[in-house]
Amino acid sequence: MAGAPSPETRPVSPHLSVWRWHVTMLSSILHRVTGMGLYGAAILFAVWLMAASTGPELYAPVQTFLMSPLGGAMLYLIVAALAYHLANGVRHLVFDTGSGLQPSDADTSAWFAILFAIAAPIGLWALVTFGA
Amino acid sequence: MSAPERSMRTPLGRVRHTGAGHAGTGHFIATRVTSIALAVLAPWFVVTAALDIRDASYLRSIDYLSNPVNAVGVILLIAVGFYHMSIGMQEVILDYIGRPFTKIVLLILNAFVPFVLAVGAIFAVLLVNFGV
Repeated sequence: MAGAPSPETRPVSPHLSVWRWHVTMLSSILHRVTGMGLYGAAILFAVWLMAASTGPELYAPVQTFLMSPLGGAMLYLIVAALAYHLANGVRHLVFDTGSGLQPSDADTSAWFAILFAIAAPIGLWALVTFGA
Repeated sequence: MSAPERSMRTPLGRVRHTGAGHAGTGHFIATRVTSIALAVLAPWFVVTAALDIRDASYLRSIDYLSNPVNAVGVILLIAVGFYHMSIGMQEVILDYIGRPFTKIVLLILNAFVPFVLAVGAIFAVLLVNFGV
């Protein structure tokens, strides 16, 4: 293939330090970051279930942690991460059909996913506090 | 240098449907199929658990997990969620970890840890429901 760039000069994936930040780049990075965060959240989810199955004595410190300010902040962040990963995951399922790939559409849906991540934990908090 | 293999097949034709892992698109499809299930299971769990286990107490947790619908939903969430997160983390490891030894160690851990936690968590749900 004459004229094809050699491997060294091919474009590579975004270098965070040299690329101008834009929202679709942020949405991609956030998807990975929240995915890895949710990996940790799933481990805690398994620990919670196993603690509950062992009886009230071993479960007590889990409740203490979950009801502490640190535990509350953690749960809040987990819900935000889950909401983002969910909204952006749906966005990617739409991309897979070939739709929504126009830069303006992709920007709009990226902002929507970010706003959903901010709104969802507030909405859940309001539902638990003021709801049925 | 040995003589090039005489073949009418183009380089592209030779690698098509193989991919870097020589295993095609199985994980690509599995990620998307599991994400559709998780788009239902994960928000369902977050909302019902937040409403039913407000104080994170032992009794409310056990009450929640003793409901058959909740038990089945949580087991499905664990099975599908841990599979999804294992595939996702594998992609991240393959993207960012270059050193072969570190990469293999992380890939093996990523294959074992979610599996062990998933079995432990599912067993915990069964213990809550059928334990003595």
